Amino acid sequence: MKLFPSFNHSARRRMTGLIRKETVQVIRDPSNILVAVILPLILLFLFGYGVTFDPRYFNIGLVVEQATPETGSFESALVNSPYFRIEKGHDRRELEDALVAGDIKAVVVLPAKFAAVAYRGDTAPIQVIVDGGDPNTAELVSAYIERLWANWLTQESISRGQSLQPVLVNLEPRVWFNPEISSRNYLVPGSVAIILMLIGALLTALVVAREWERGTMEALLATPIGVAELLIGKLAPYFALGMISMTISVATAVFVFGVPFRGSFLVLTLLSALFMLAALGQGLLISTITRNQLLAGQLSVMSAFLPAFYFSNFVFEIGSMPLALRLVSYVIPAKYYISSLQSLFLAGNIPSVLIPDALGIAMIAGIFFILTALATRRRLD
Amino acid sequence: MWLRIRTLIVKELLASALDAKTRWLVLYSPPLLLLIYAFAITQEVKNIPVAVYNEDAGTVSRDLIARFDGSPTFSEILYFDSWKGAAAAIDSRQAAMAIRLDSAFSRSIAAGKPAKVQLILDGRRSNTAQILEGYAARIVADFNKELAGDDIRPPTVIVARAWFNPNFEPLWSATPALFAVLTMVVGFMVSALTIARERELGTFEQLLVSPIRPFEIMIGKAVPAVLIALASAVAMLALGSLVLQVPLRGSIILLFAAMIIFLTSIVGIGLFISTLASNQQQAVIGLFFYMMPAVLISGYASPVENMPVWLQWLAESDPLMHFIVICKGVFLKNVPASVIFEHTWPMALIAVFTLSAAAWLFRKRLT
Amino acid sequence: MGRPLAQIDRVTKRFVKTGPPAIDAVTASIAAGAITGVVGPDGAGKTTLLRLMAGLLAPDEGALTVCGFDSVREIANARPSIAYMPQHFGLYEDLTVIENLHLYADLRSVDESERGGVFERLLDFTNLAQFTKRRAGKLSGGMKQKLGLACALMGAPQLLLLDEPSVGVDPISRRELWRMILELADQGIGVVWSTAYLDEAERCESVILLSEGKPVYHGPPVDFTHKVEGKVALIRNMPGDKRDVLMRAMEAPEILDGVIQGNTIRLVLNNPMAEDQLRSALSLADAEIEKVPPRFEDAFMASLGGGPKKRSPFTARPVHGAAPDEIVIKADALTKKFGDFTAADQITFSIRRGEVFGLIGPNGAGKSTTFKMLCGLLRPTSGHARISGLDFAAAPSKARARLGYMAQKFSLYGDLTVRQNLEFFAGAYGLSGKRKTAALDQAITTFNFAPYLEAQAARLPLGYKQRLALSCAVLHDPDVLFLDEPTSGVDPRTRREFWTHINAMARRGVTIMVTTHFLDEAEYCDRIALIFRGRVIAEGLPDELKTRSRREGADAPTLEQAFITLVREFDEREAI
Repeated sequence: MKLFPSFNHSARRRMTGLIRKETVQVIRDPSNILVAVILPLILLFLFGYGVTFDPRYFNIGLVVEQATPETGSFESALVNSPYFRIEKGHDRRELEDALVAGDIKAVVVLPAKFAAVAYRGDTAPIQVIVDGGDPNTAELVSAYIERLWANWLTQESISRGQSLQPVLVNLEPRVWFNPEISSRNYLVPGSVAIILMLIGALLTALVVAREWERGTMEALLATPIGVAELLIGKLAPYFALGMISMTISVATAVFVFGVPFRGSFLVLTLLSALFMLAALGQGLLISTITRNQLLAGQLSVMSAFLPAFYFSNFVFEIGSMPLALRLVSYVIPAKYYISSLQSLFLAGNIPSVLIPDALGIAMIAGIFFILTALATRRRLD
Repeated sequence: MWLRIRTLIVKELLASALDAKTRWLVLYSPPLLLLIYAFAITQEVKNIPVAVYNEDAGTVSRDLIARFDGSPTFSEILYFDSWKGAAAAIDSRQAAMAIRLDSAFSRSIAAGKPAKVQLILDGRRSNTAQILEGYAARIVADFNKELAGDDIRPPTVIVARAWFNPNFEPLWSATPALFAVLTMVVGFMVSALTIARERELGTFEQLLVSPIRPFEIMIGKAVPAVLIALASAVAMLALGSLVLQVPLRGSIILLFAAMIIFLTSIVGIGLFISTLASNQQQAVIGLFFYMMPAVLISGYASPVENMPVWLQWLAESDPLMHFIVICKGVFLKNVPASVIFEHTWPMALIAVFTLSAAAWLFRKRLT
Repeated sequence: MGRPLAQIDRVTKRFVKTGPPAIDAVTASIAAGAITGVVGPDGAGKTTLLRLMAGLLAPDEGALTVCGFDSVREIANARPSIAYMPQHFGLYEDLTVIENLHLYADLRSVDESERGGVFERLLDFTNLAQFTKRRAGKLSGGMKQKLGLACALMGAPQLLLLDEPSVGVDPISRRELWRMILELADQGIGVVWSTAYLDEAERCESVILLSEGKPVYHGPPVDFTHKVEGKVALIRNMPGDKRDVLMRAMEAPEILDGVIQGNTIRLVLNNPMAEDQLRSALSLADAEIEKVPPRFEDAFMASLGGGPKKRSPFTARPVHGAAPDEIVIKADALTKKFGDFTAADQITFSIRRGEVFGLIGPNGAGKSTTFKMLCGLLRPTSGHARISGLDFAAAPSKARARLGYMAQKFSLYGDLTVRQNLEFFAGAYGLSGKRKTAALDQAITTFNFAPYLEAQAARLPLGYKQRLALSCAVLHDPDVLFLDEPTSGVDPRTRREFWTHINAMARRGVTIMVTTHFLDEAEYCDRIALIFRGRVIAEGLPDELKTRSRREGADAPTLEQAFITLVREFDEREAI
């Protein structure tokens, strides 16, 4: 079977005819606009104004067993910290219950002997209990409390005129690319990838499967159209839809939410186009195999959407996953795309990131299209 | 009436039990997804490559670097001869953190003078960057303590105790929330497509001409959907506690009670979407449209208390937010009934609202 | 007859490796400038044969030559000359008429410069010129088929393959479809038309009759019909109930097939027989019996071994209601408005116990709206629908409990087994305990479901599916039975069996309401109402309708001709 029976004037016309038809259908179905325009705006809005992975502050409980000037001083240090919202309790039981209920993330107990042992240095004078159910938060809370404690101790020593052993090694941390450490700056680029995956894999899979279900594919196949013309004709409008959606999302991210964009728009467009091809290839492959909307929908959620969400460094760190899952992530195009997006937004055009990523996406897209071409037959049997 | 409702329920259950696709969707794939993604959503940070540019020739700097090398957080140390090389490693994401020690490092320490360690973090993943900074700070603090030796009194260090998950087992923290999300997904899958599918197949009219009343159809659709999703949840629970060994410390009975109410509210939303959609494709897209924001504001991936107040209020109307709190509480903490109740009545309220809305829309679309 | 356009040479096609082939050693040729009918019972392989000719399937054995090219190796060369219209028209419902035309013009390389003329000709030809901006999904069934045909005709094909184009199409559109096809054949196009309606086969130059994939007959339909010459008789003015007479006639060994036509009964005999002989064989001394020329359907039934000989098990059930003149269904000034549009306007009629009442009318005339209001699926804007005196508005659940309903597509739950389907419908109609057991037992024995009880409904053969759908609809022994196009696209054999049961039920006092596009089926009814433009424009016995539309000097019209005349006359009156 030749891919292009004869790519001449009439083949071009067949293709443009299909593209025109598909475009009209895309525009007429409100659910496409919903997925390509409204949903990304909602996601951007949520990431932009609400959902954040950066700890702003934590609710913690504080018990002071016996109030003294020392406990008062430490307490005000806690209250003045931007990281904590203090909820004071009368006894530790009460606050432990709040910890169990999930209302607070940690309990700090200043025991009766606090004043006596605070500066002695052998035993820890305060007790800290953190909620281990959320290890990330627990680590951060305990680190902040430790730091606060150390600072408080230094302050106290200075005010009492004591000399502490000087700290020899001083860490000078600097965060590059994203000095304000805002998760929005990497979540927003990541959500662009998720949306493109939805358009490319889910919408396309559903649409092509619907043509099989309704019998319109049978009518198309009986015309002189070639396989490649058919595929290009079907995909081009969704490709365009994806690129439009990408442009809207990026523009909103940069101009409305003030996410920096340090790379070049040309590179962004090229990479997005490549990624869109991979997503379309996957959607096409799914619908070609299933020819059924329900199955196509489930399969694209399982094989395209969820992996793009989980195995892409979008939210969860691939490096921390077990080896098997780390290996799986290599065939997830979103992993490469998100990596490049984060660089383009925050760091700029970095060839050492962009070129390998582009190659990765291109290779996966190529595999999908080869598999699709093998699975597509010009006949029904 | 009860006979007709029972008949509808039996039919739905049988149809799901007999259909291989539904069986796969409900019984096999959710536990499988739980198994895969429970490992994927670990929030630990480990296996991070570190770039090092050490201009210092002394042993102290090598000792310090060895500390980083020995930590499980950092997988390998990449040594560079120039700061440019190390910076390029950050740029190209070969390393997520770079350490620079200047040539005077060992000499200063030996002289008892403070020395600098420059730390560069890749802010493209700000969350990771923060955690790495914390780890680095701890390593340096320990190092300082040892440098000080016994002769000078060290400052007191406090050690936090972690309750519920003392070893910070990532599976323990990932499983309860993932379980809640997957239970929701199954609840949607078995409810959102049912009415749309019967409409496409033509069996819907057959139901409407029988003496079965519209609200009986609603109950007859809602109850089996809840039951099927419950079966799926049981399979996931079994996998979670037997295979993944996540403790289940709270009351299972209370968990089930909360789960039934949670699923009722989810099925109510699912049936609402199903009634609204005229075909299965629209139902699927409708589901996505609801689910993505619902998951984002539920506290699944980011804490609710970090969101602005108006969004926290919105989260109160998200049944998933409540159910995640309950699941985390029952799995790891053995929360008291009062806490479960506190999060159950809002779900019950949502369930009543969504089911009546679905029934109202259903009746409205009939005429 | 012209040169052969397609040559089918001992073609066999299997879908299941071990099972029986879907097409079994078929040899046939398709002539240019002629209509070739592909006929046969359901599942005979009609669609498979058309797909083979369209190059959408490759034969396992044998070879096909289409327009001079091999259907597998050289199909790309043949494609521009083949037009294929699949069963579920390949139209995009969200595109307008003109957009669909443009798409197919692009696909079939019609130049921009020629399009104006081509479109005008096709739109004129299909009478769609005024609907160019309407979305295809909003067209009626007949208009969809005409648009499908227009799209298929783009680019001047030589071979036109049409798969059951007349299913779901009203008689007027069907007639127009035929007019167009005949015109195309005159222009030299070879047309292949597959159908389950055998009156259409008669109009073809040549037919290919398939049964279980095997070729039973290939040649001019007249020659096939001729096989039952002298064996077809019509009974008129019979004493007593026509359904009674038919039932007893079918039990006579001399009779192969029988069917009701208005007030008469059409019989196919085993052997040629004199009228008197037949009269005594059927003990119908007073009846008028007349030999009539055979039709293709008669020969078709004879070739398949005749119609159902067994009595319907429903015959033995107790009779409903005592008063035969009791009015069971009453439509009282039923009106339904959708916005500005009045779909049904003051529809009034009543149906007596035991009557079979047919609702006919063109697509979109208000027939389904009326039907849906009568069985409670739609709420009337004004007026009342009453079932045995119960109003749907006042007591919906009670009224529904009195009726049985069978939808066009046998709405069974495909995943459930036969037994589970029966149990579900028993419960849905509130049967429990002993009543339920009795109803199930009766259904199982009457239809021989025993061997299929644990089989999934979706996997049943079509005939059994129809039986199951019917028995589910009547499990609760309803007073009233609603049938919505019950035999659309179904072959005559299955249709006959279905009607034996319906006739038996009518005899025992069940009131039956049926909609149909297929007017041979409307002949089975006692009375019919013709609905057009939302109004009842004619009502009466089938024979009365025929008489009303009979014109001087013309032959007695068929019901289909009567239908078309009545609709046209109404249209002309309205225009003035």
